[in-house]
Amino acid sequence: MKDFNYHSAKDSKEASKLASSNSAFLAGGMTTIPSMKLGLATYKDLIDIKNIKKLSGIKVSGKSVIIGAATKHVEVANSKDVKKAIPSLSSLAEGIGDPQVRNRGTIGGSIANNDPSADYPSACIALNATIHTNERKIEASKFFKGMFETALKKGELIEAVEFQIPEKSSYQKHPNPASRYAVVGVYVAKHKSDVNVAVTGAKSCVYNDKEMAKALSGNFSSSSIDGMDLDSSDMNSDIHASAEYRASLVVTQAKKAVDAC
Amino acid sequence: MASLVGSRVERKEDKRFLTGKGRYTADINLANQTYAIFVRSPHARASIKKINIDKALKSSGVVSILTGKEIADDKIGGLIAGWAIRSEDGTEMKCPGNPPLAKDNVNFVGDPVAVVIAESLAEAKDAAEKVEVDYKILKAVTSTADAMNGDTIHEGIDKNLCFDWLLGDRQKVKEAFDKADKVISIDIINNRLIPNAMEPRACVADYNAASEEITLYTTSQNPHLSRLIMSAFGNVAPEHKLRVVAPDVGGGFGSKINVYNEDIVCSWAAKKINRAIKWVAERSESFLTDIHGRDHVTHAELAVTKDGKFLGFKNETIANLGAYARVFGTVTPTYLFGPCATGVYEIPAAYTNVKAVYTNTAPVDAYRGAGRPEATYTIERLVEKASMELGIDKTELRIKNFPTAFPFKQTLVHTVDSGDYVAGMEKAKQMADYKGFEARRKESEAKGKLRGIGVTSYFEACGIAPSAAVMSLGCGVGLWESAEVRFNPTGQVTVYTGSHSHGQSHQTTFAQIAADELGVPIENIDIVHGDTDKGTFGMGTYGSRSLAVGGIAIVNACKKIVEKGKRVTAKMLEANPEDVEFKDGEFIVSKSNKKKTIGEVAFACYLPGVRDEMKSPLPEGDEPGLKETSFYDPSNFSFPAGTHIAEVEIDPETGHVKLEKYTACDDFGRIINPMVVEGQVHGGLAQGIGQALYENAEYDETGQLMTGSYMDYTMPRADNFPEFNIGYTCTHATTNPLGVKGCGEAGAIAAPPTVMNAVIDALGGQEVTMPATAEKVWKACKNLKKSNSKAA
Repeated sequence: MKDFNYHSAKDSKEASKLASSNSAFLAGGMTTIPSMKLGLATYKDLIDIKNIKKLSGIKVSGKSVIIGAATKHVEVANSKDVKKAIPSLSSLAEGIGDPQVRNRGTIGGSIANNDPSADYPSACIALNATIHTNERKIEASKFFKGMFETALKKGELIEAVEFQIPEKSSYQKHPNPASRYAVVGVYVAKHKSDVNVAVTGAKSCVYNDKEMAKALSGNFSSSSIDGMDLDSSDMNSDIHASAEYRASLVVTQAKKAVDAC
Repeated sequence: MASLVGSRVERKEDKRFLTGKGRYTADINLANQTYAIFVRSPHARASIKKINIDKALKSSGVVSILTGKEIADDKIGGLIAGWAIRSEDGTEMKCPGNPPLAKDNVNFVGDPVAVVIAESLAEAKDAAEKVEVDYKILKAVTSTADAMNGDTIHEGIDKNLCFDWLLGDRQKVKEAFDKADKVISIDIINNRLIPNAMEPRACVADYNAASEEITLYTTSQNPHLSRLIMSAFGNVAPEHKLRVVAPDVGGGFGSKINVYNEDIVCSWAAKKINRAIKWVAERSESFLTDIHGRDHVTHAELAVTKDGKFLGFKNETIANLGAYARVFGTVTPTYLFGPCATGVYEIPAAYTNVKAVYTNTAPVDAYRGAGRPEATYTIERLVEKASMELGIDKTELRIKNFPTAFPFKQTLVHTVDSGDYVAGMEKAKQMADYKGFEARRKESEAKGKLRGIGVTSYFEACGIAPSAAVMSLGCGVGLWESAEVRFNPTGQVTVYTGSHSHGQSHQTTFAQIAADELGVPIENIDIVHGDTDKGTFGMGTYGSRSLAVGGIAIVNACKKIVEKGKRVTAKMLEANPEDVEFKDGEFIVSKSNKKKTIGEVAFACYLPGVRDEMKSPLPEGDEPGLKETSFYDPSNFSFPAGTHIAEVEIDPETGHVKLEKYTACDDFGRIINPMVVEGQVHGGLAQGIGQALYENAEYDETGQLMTGSYMDYTMPRADNFPEFNIGYTCTHATTNPLGVKGCGEAGAIAAPPTVMNAVIDALGGQEVTMPATAEKVWKACKNLKKSNSKAA
């Protein structure tokens, strides 16, 4: 690992001020640190945001769940309020990585990284989330831009994620048996006026499967998407799963999610 | 005194391990030590045109940089294959040189070309990045099946063929097949595995200029054997000037039998720079450079009568050796494989032919089970297929072909001294509720799931091994074991064993044995191993040999102690030695109330003489002291056996295989500590089930390892397993005084075919290769659906 400067910011303002073109924000460090150790990433400055009190915590209101960016997965998984408001969100958090990752990794880190197989981005899409940064509010549908790419600008810091509480929802993951990342994960959420079918792991970036969402809007039953033949041409293919298999898993996991709602 | 053998004595080693007080090689730090980083080939096959170390030498903190040139100049020897195998045509096997640092050619990704030694680890890493190696990249050979058609990797080794070996009689087999009603044939792949011991390899080498002695602390399963190889073949130092210490070692599974490049290089370099050198592998280095296991491609056939009697068996296998032949690399796919290939069955005619090939991949060597899992997988997949094709119940077909009497003279090599395979099968069926399977299958079907049941009956040849037998088969050493039992004057006992514990609990089980033999409380017995300066000699731990060979050496040394004790007691109590009996730690003169405790006798042995009340004269011909040594050479292998039964449930929509039930009924002979044996069975099963469902080492066609981290290589985890249902039958081994057989490898041998037979049963007989990943099984489920709808 190459030398770098470590800063611990006391608030978002200071964190943002310290940011440069050669810096990274550090929360749980679950991706940043291994990437640096493996020589895949180098930074001059690491700006630790874990000590910014305002960035941690969970607030639940009648319509939404707001989770601070530096809130750890284990806190979301164990929150009684989250479990009551959006049970599928707490079970998603409970299924991320392993206990070590859940005890350090944060929601803000996960969505800022936007790994194509990460779990949280699908929750953001399915639950019509709004990403609060130190500069603005971004709708989830406009936040995830591509593989490891988001709408965040340099120095822009996620402060919180606001999830809309759905009528019902479920997240079903087919995990990679080695890494336990999603080979395919499907988050289905039925809101008052719409249905979202957010898919992670299948393509280069999380997406809302409009075809399935439309079918489910008409009739919210797994039978309405059963046997659907999805186009696999832009799906991921690697040693763990072919594109064809992923396409099948998307439908299977979506059906499971609908049935579990 | 109650016998400790057979009871669940708590592990003596747990306190230090569970409180973080284990002392592993990486915990050892010596004054003024330096740190080594190895520069490794990023290419699977290349010639080295030039190595430029100028920039690296100027890097901060660098002490020395050494390459293959210096190691060749100093005439340091290379790594070796420990068994010489002869081909069917009588020619000797062909092995390439394997220098500890490659000089002219590199042959797998990770092959070391230089070592950078620096004041700190960070400085060594930085400098290593500045070593410039100019490679000419050559086309790699990576496929086991096609290796013989690839470019020649090692000059002079035609078709990349190390040997083409035959065990058995082709003519007799042909005659048997001519008589058969039916021939069952199968093509299988035994997938390549990476052992993944919890503790990565490491070494710390030290040179004492005053005594001219090198001390090497290393992660080894067999420190004496390592010293012998490093001295006799590596030319590192004469044996009496080389001390090898293997302290606490965190798992081996065969991967720490070999002397590795780093052991030789660090020992040699420590003397050269006259400073200690420490090297600890990173996990990614373990993936690339630890020996790998299995990797066979096999075609096998079984000739049967229509009522299910086995007549003949043939096995044509290509075994991948990787880039070089290492210590057990050549024996694993031959004498550890071929003799077990006919399994637990009476098959009148059989042969096994193995072509061992070189490829540009990590060396393949002994991994838990070594050869016997591959053999068992082949025969048990064939028998399961035969049961499907003949329509005979899978357990009945097996019983029909079990031997009816023991000793059982096996078709090819072994004479199995004892066993009761029918009893094992019947008990396993009962434990697994074999009869109730059909009802459970229907329940699964009602949920839209596929359920399958799989059976394996296995035996293995372990307790490796009678020296006369193995040396006649090409082994470079005898495989006896030594033990030394020392009494202190005040009555505690230290037992030195040549076996090595790296998870096997010897500190406990060996102490149980010595406590029973000597009648000394277990707290007063210490087991010492792992240091060539302490014990006499040792061949180490592998092949389920520690108890069946090393344990017997301890028993024999204890018996010698007792014999001397009888003589000394007789002299002290003025009786005839023949009248002295030994029981529960006391020497008793028969038909009298005169006795001495073993503690009193030990004291007397160290203080011989007569003064006032103290009368401890030694008998004539006996020397003072109480210490005995035994070198035990077994008269035969030992043969654990058993039947395992697995049940799986498959979700046809995702292909996910859930292992619902796993029953293991094993015959390990006498059991010393049931708790330790359960641990061994659990561990073996985890690795065997891992092979069947999860683990796979995969190289791409350029020879890059695609599964080089835990992100891609699936190590099974606790939540992948059901609660194991474990039971035993017991027939004592007749060839050793304890009646023990060995239990370390059984799980890894029996589990792969058991699980795969269940998966394939659920899939209506469709072949799936290991590991049965969700995608492969999903594809098979789709085919099943198609063929079912056609049939409808």
